[in-house]
Amino acid sequence: MVEAGAWWTLLAAPGLLLGFAVLAVAGDAVLDARSAGRPVSLATAVRPFLGVPRALVAQPRRMPAPDRLLWRTGVITVPVAAVLSTLVIPFGNHAVADLSVGVVWFNAMEVLTWAGLWLAGWGPNAAFSLIGGYRFLAQGLAYELPLMFALISTATGAESLRVGDIAAAQHGLWYAVWMPVAFAAYLAGVLAFSFLGPFAYPVGRDLAGGVLGETSGVDRLLLQAGRWLWLASGSAMAVPLFLGGGAGPGLPASVWSLVKTLLVLGLLVWVLRRLPMIRADRYVEFAWVVLIPLTIVQVLVPAVVNLNR
Amino acid sequence: MGTTNTVLLVVLGVLALVFGVLVFTLNSMARVTFSLLAALVCVGGVTTVLGLPYLGVVIVLMMVMEMVVMAVFMIAYMMNPAGLMPMSMLHNKRGALVISGVVFAALVAGIFLVPWRDSAALQPRDTTFQVGRALMAEQMLTMVTLGFVLLATMVAATVLATHRGRYDRFGDDLDQRPAKDPAGGGVGR
Repeated sequence: MVEAGAWWTLLAAPGLLLGFAVLAVAGDAVLDARSAGRPVSLATAVRPFLGVPRALVAQPRRMPAPDRLLWRTGVITVPVAAVLSTLVIPFGNHAVADLSVGVVWFNAMEVLTWAGLWLAGWGPNAAFSLIGGYRFLAQGLAYELPLMFALISTATGAESLRVGDIAAAQHGLWYAVWMPVAFAAYLAGVLAFSFLGPFAYPVGRDLAGGVLGETSGVDRLLLQAGRWLWLASGSAMAVPLFLGGGAGPGLPASVWSLVKTLLVLGLLVWVLRRLPMIRADRYVEFAWVVLIPLTIVQVLVPAVVNLNR
Repeated sequence: MGTTNTVLLVVLGVLALVFGVLVFTLNSMARVTFSLLAALVCVGGVTTVLGLPYLGVVIVLMMVMEMVVMAVFMIAYMMNPAGLMPMSMLHNKRGALVISGVVFAALVAGIFLVPWRDSAALQPRDTTFQVGRALMAEQMLTMVTLGFVLLATMVAATVLATHRGRYDRFGDDLDQRPAKDPAGGGVGR
């Protein structure tokens, strides 16, 4: 049974999340090097982090007439929302706050990224970054509803919005096994709200970097951190929602949570470079014509199963 | 209600009011939209503190999406280019004052006229369950009707707004595949 953690979990959860994000970035760098045919060593994995001190001391780029308040608000919102979303994710048998509406909380924090990224695009008073912000909203309208139905499937299956209850309700049979459509839609949603890989459209190269185009220094670091923190947070949330949480033979619950989170994170990082970037207008049609009907039918499955129980 | 909750309630209430006033004093469409969002997020917090966590968090969830989409449309379709010129958010000042005054008076009167129950004794154990029960049991017919009316409105509005019909898309004999759309979709219809 999941219980609310002590005060120190408030510090441990963001730390753990950052650790996962760092691993994901390092893994991504290694896969990058391998696919480019460069030699893979420890230096390859560390290289992305050499930019961190450089970003911290970099002189900020100035634009004429930016909306500095909204720009900063947006840039900060993305990583902060990612960290706040972890409050309800149980790790082993402990969550920072085992809210009775944990799933809705996670969803609400994820939606905050919409506001954050649009503001980060609007703030610098530049065309390409604003288009990047609009692109994220178009992408959001496509990924959000299938993602919501995927979350609803798990909540319906467990008859509870509490993440701990959802993890506990899967004893023996993971939701990933008998709700595969919801699991797939959820994983696609994780990539989409991290705007990475196939869903990197808001920061597309065809847009000179989009939302990231005008940011520099700490701002850029925060936005980049936000994407990888979201990828880590989404992977961690997949474990209680679809993979039985900390349940598993032999090992303690926290070890199982760690192993499963790393597996999901590894899978997502591997997928990043396997798929081409999808244009939002194409994904909107696919989402609304194919994914939404499929996920609605998926919600029906646990509902009928529960009615017959 | 404990001290922490009372303090939270007061702080969130005051913040909601401050952001609400800012909506009418700022002169940038983007800032106005997001101060309205901030006010609504505070209202979500107030609702949560009052013991309705589901409704509170859902208010935050829905309002973020709604305000961001509103920002897009407001700024995209403004009279001045992209809404970048400073502008006042006040229209129909006298009428708005009268309407908001009447609504405010009615709400305040409601506080004193509604026979509130002694909530401490009757606080249900799980308010989320109560909300779901109310919507899905007693008010099921209302919700179903509401759902269909909303959906019909959306479909009708879209149909009225678009000038292209099925003959434009599928040709005179409706046999043209794939459809002739100005922007191609991802399913290849």
